[in-house]
Amino acid sequence: MPEVPVAADPGETPTGMADATTVDLTAAHEGAATDVPPELLAQSLGQYLRAWWVRVRGGDSGVLPVVLGIVVVAVSFQIATPKFLSPLNLVNLFEQSTVYMVLAMAEIFALLLAEIDLSVGLVMAFSSVIVAELVQPTGANLPWWVAIIIALVICSAVGAIQGWFVARLKMPSFIVTLGGLLILEGAAIIFLKGALVSIGNSRFTNEVVLYDIFYGQFDPVVGWILLAVLVGVVGTGLWLREARKRRHGLETPPRSLTAMKIVLLAVAGSAVVAICNVNRAHFGTIKGVPYIIAIVLVVLAAWTVLLQRTRFGRYVYAIGGNPEAARRAGVRVPTVRIWGFVLAALTSAIAGVLFLSWQVSLTTNIIKTANTYVLLAVAAAVIGGTSLFGGRGKTIHGVLGGLVIGGIYNGLYLLNVSSQWINVVVAAVLLVAAAVDVLSRRGAPRQA
Amino acid sequence: MTAEASETPTGSADGSTVANLTATSTAGSADVPPELLAHSLDQYVRAWWLRVRSGNSGVLPVVFAIVLVAVVFEIITPEHAFLRPSNLVYIFGLSTVYMVLAMAETVVLLLGEIDLSVGAVALFGGVIAFKLVQQPGPDWPWWAAMLAALACCGLIGALQGTLTARLKIPSFIVTLGGFLLFSGILVVILGGANGTAGVNSSVPNQRVIYNLVQGLIVPVVGWVALAVVVGAAGAALWLRAAARRRQGLVAPPASVTAIRIALVALVGVAVVVVCNGNRGTSLVTVQGVPWVIPIVLVVLGIWTLLLQRTRFGRYVHAIGGSPEAARRAGISLAAIRTWAFALCSATAGLGGILLGSFFFGQYSTNTADPGQLVLYSVAASVIGGVSLFGGRGKAIHGVLGGLLIGAIAYGVSLLNLGTLATPLEYILPGGVLLGAVLIDVLSRRGTGSVTGA
Amino acid sequence: MTETNEAPDGASGGGDAGEPLLKLRGIDKHFGPVQALHGVNLDLPAGEVTGLCGDNGAGKSVLTRCIAGVHQPDHGQMYFEGRPVHIRSTRDASALGIETVYQDLALADNLDIVQNMFLGRERLRRRLLDEDSMEKQAAETLSTLRVTTVRSIRQPVASLSGGQRQAVAVAKAVMWNSKLVLLDEPTAALGVVQTRTVLDLVKRLRDRGLAVMVISHNLNDVFEVADRIAVLYLGRMVAEGPAADFDRQSVVEYMTTGASSGRPFEPAGSASGEG
Repeated sequence: MPEVPVAADPGETPTGMADATTVDLTAAHEGAATDVPPELLAQSLGQYLRAWWVRVRGGDSGVLPVVLGIVVVAVSFQIATPKFLSPLNLVNLFEQSTVYMVLAMAEIFALLLAEIDLSVGLVMAFSSVIVAELVQPTGANLPWWVAIIIALVICSAVGAIQGWFVARLKMPSFIVTLGGLLILEGAAIIFLKGALVSIGNSRFTNEVVLYDIFYGQFDPVVGWILLAVLVGVVGTGLWLREARKRRHGLETPPRSLTAMKIVLLAVAGSAVVAICNVNRAHFGTIKGVPYIIAIVLVVLAAWTVLLQRTRFGRYVYAIGGNPEAARRAGVRVPTVRIWGFVLAALTSAIAGVLFLSWQVSLTTNIIKTANTYVLLAVAAAVIGGTSLFGGRGKTIHGVLGGLVIGGIYNGLYLLNVSSQWINVVVAAVLLVAAAVDVLSRRGAPRQA
Repeated sequence: MTAEASETPTGSADGSTVANLTATSTAGSADVPPELLAHSLDQYVRAWWLRVRSGNSGVLPVVFAIVLVAVVFEIITPEHAFLRPSNLVYIFGLSTVYMVLAMAETVVLLLGEIDLSVGAVALFGGVIAFKLVQQPGPDWPWWAAMLAALACCGLIGALQGTLTARLKIPSFIVTLGGFLLFSGILVVILGGANGTAGVNSSVPNQRVIYNLVQGLIVPVVGWVALAVVVGAAGAALWLRAAARRRQGLVAPPASVTAIRIALVALVGVAVVVVCNGNRGTSLVTVQGVPWVIPIVLVVLGIWTLLLQRTRFGRYVHAIGGSPEAARRAGISLAAIRTWAFALCSATAGLGGILLGSFFFGQYSTNTADPGQLVLYSVAASVIGGVSLFGGRGKAIHGVLGGLLIGAIAYGVSLLNLGTLATPLEYILPGGVLLGAVLIDVLSRRGTGSVTGA
Repeated sequence: MTETNEAPDGASGGGDAGEPLLKLRGIDKHFGPVQALHGVNLDLPAGEVTGLCGDNGAGKSVLTRCIAGVHQPDHGQMYFEGRPVHIRSTRDASALGIETVYQDLALADNLDIVQNMFLGRERLRRRLLDEDSMEKQAAETLSTLRVTTVRSIRQPVASLSGGQRQAVAVAKAVMWNSKLVLLDEPTAALGVVQTRTVLDLVKRLRDRGLAVMVISHNLNDVFEVADRIAVLYLGRMVAEGPAADFDRQSVVEYMTTGASSGRPFEPAGSASGEG
């Protein structure tokens, strides 16, 4: 019967959904506009702002909530303790937040894949222990950069093993990384040999370099020059890219908006440099942008390019959104998953180097700290706007979320709140962030 | 259907075996509980062996593992001390905490969820109960204090369950938050980092709580209680099988029932003999079954009844197996989930009280690490045979898994490992957890009941 | 057994001759701006199998869900055994004797056949599950439907073949004194032999006096079992009548264009006229 085209089709499951949505493709009314990034529909700045507001109300608000969160945290702590917004404390806060930021960026690789990595904290601790032990003059006495490379490689291998368990054996990631966390705790204690290890001795160049990662800073003039270079490069890049797109007739945001973005970047950068260049020492002079801010920006830039502009990044989002679709499109899902865990571990290891530099000396207490940091990293990523359910989030979210967490920690510390209450607050923040994530997903217009 | 392994038996069923509730074709019977097909002991054993080989092995692996662990530790511990009565009774006491927490975790795992807060909630419950019986202080009667603690924990569980079930926040995030939250609040209630709460065996009201794990039953009473338990369980088992046979329903052969009863009696006698042996010094006689063994048996009985014989239990299994099927059957998913979390936390609270009693009635911030407790309890249930993916498991699995974890933890502490002892405290549960989950994942793959990745 | 055997008597005795068991009149259903159903009329008589056809998005599933109580129609009236009814939930539908067998079967893999058949409606004795009586009832229902290929009704559903699972799902639906059974794509995922088993089962339901509605893409199946055929096109009922009034060609035309040979459907018989 060749003239009967309709035969049993087992792949036709969501008939109900299809009923409701078939007509929708043609009808582009207000409801449909919320899905689309505003820059695609707007021709003028006014249109852009209106479209953006529609999107925010639709639950897809980007970095807005976390920026608001930062403002709320800053204002409330400033009211509670006037020290909060002083240049000294702000630089402190930036510095302390960097570890959370980098850890949150690590966690984002797992979250984007709709997985979770509970071992980021311990990988961080493990990496810091390795670096510290390897540069000890009485021990291996390796150059600082060799030690760091070894730590990064070992931690990446740990990530690869965990990723392999998750991707190939299909074990739930939170169990694999929970088990990995415990084993790393044991391993870290073995490496520490139960003793204190320190990089605080200024007689050894290796230790000084490691120490300066956190506590060193650029000369004020160099800070301004770097800022100018940064704004110049990013601004030109942005402008040229959009000019090129416009030339090719592709959809681009209005020019005024691009200009505004560049100005905003310059203003924020100048503010940071200005604050950092104020003398913050009680005696003598300490001023200048800490190295660590530059380091975080480099990591941020690298991972943003990786996730937004490469095929790998696109696959990560695809798998987080719909693994089956990714598989059918020919993406080697297990491989991408394993690399996701490798990158999470690698980034955590970078955080470990910062952590070592910050702490200067390590004892077995770092294990407790590290376990708290996992939660902080997840909370920071989710607060920043990364979804727990995969496929939604950017590296910048980790940085902004990390700043919120750092602000809360710093503020509570200034207020002399004891550590168990800080944990309670962090837990509450985590739950609120997760609830917001869930509710915003629900409010998103995907479900009619 | 994408099942690979189960294709063979089902394929043959369609074509060849029509109208045969009786036929025992060897290829097909692997999926079916042996008692349904067998009419003689011999058939039963063969059917059971087939099922074990096909990956659906019930409690066998964990029982085997317990025996193996016992033998290995007996060989490698200094002076072969592992199987001494005093050590065995100590292991029972230590394991009971894990057993109760694993039973708590089991109900949540059955739903396909996880509760990472059981350790913190357990300690929280224990501390509340201990604080409420303090003599200069509230001085509540022991039973009121315990009930209040269980109620508090149940409420916490209901709250976490609501967040998971109604707001649809993933349970591991909610309970991770709960873990952090109650670990913090716990310290506050204890009165800061150096706070303590203890019960004293010389105060009558507090002695009850102290004796939950430390108390011993007079040897004669132990024997009487064993006789009663075996008698009651045996009669129930026998009568039930008889009733089924009378109604024309399939029942295991009478010989199998008899063997089961004999096995229960045997294990019971072994436990009572070990516990009734004098394990004191030459000066002090210490003998008798610890109170905690009947307590755990009662908890096991309640949970088994709840999970196997009530609507609630059936719905928990159904939700774990297929939430959509359960929803379409008119089951209120949110209500069942919330209740399951509440009951889980309440049971965890009991575990916390037992934990305090096990540590000679003393609670401090260093009594136990809540994180480690969670991992041990998840590992115990999964090792026991509860699936992490929901819908498969029984309360008894938690008990057996808890015993295995307790045996390993104590066995390792008997070895003189020096500096390796501390790291092993972390590595061991991690390795055990991963191993258990690995077995779970692989066995799911083996039985072909994997429905989605 | 006693319970299930009463079902057909009740069904045929309750309605007058010619009065369909379930009558839908002017059913409208919107989802936001999308109108899924426009004034749908449909008769489902007892003792007959009605085949519901339609292309994707025609509204078959929405209509099914309206009858099953999952959705509530915005406008229109349903008559069950001649009485106007409002089906507000799946429980309402069950109370009337309407059961749905979903395409994905809605069975819990880890539970056994008895547990699945009684899921949500377990029998209790002294507040505990009465396994023995449930097992007996399930076995009787399966044997009256001549579903005998399962080795044991205590085996987990995961170990059943597709056809056996479908049979269990159908048996689950008819066990509850049901009068109308809706089958959503009952043969979609089945092989040839298993499809035959399920179609035989559908005929057996009809022979027991139940009203059956089969939603299917597969016209072979529809023509094999259906006594009546109804075709939805973009949310409208474009054709409805005895199967004898249709051939494959015309059904396909109704499904794809809403008309056959350029003309809308004209009932040849008298059964489906507006009452």
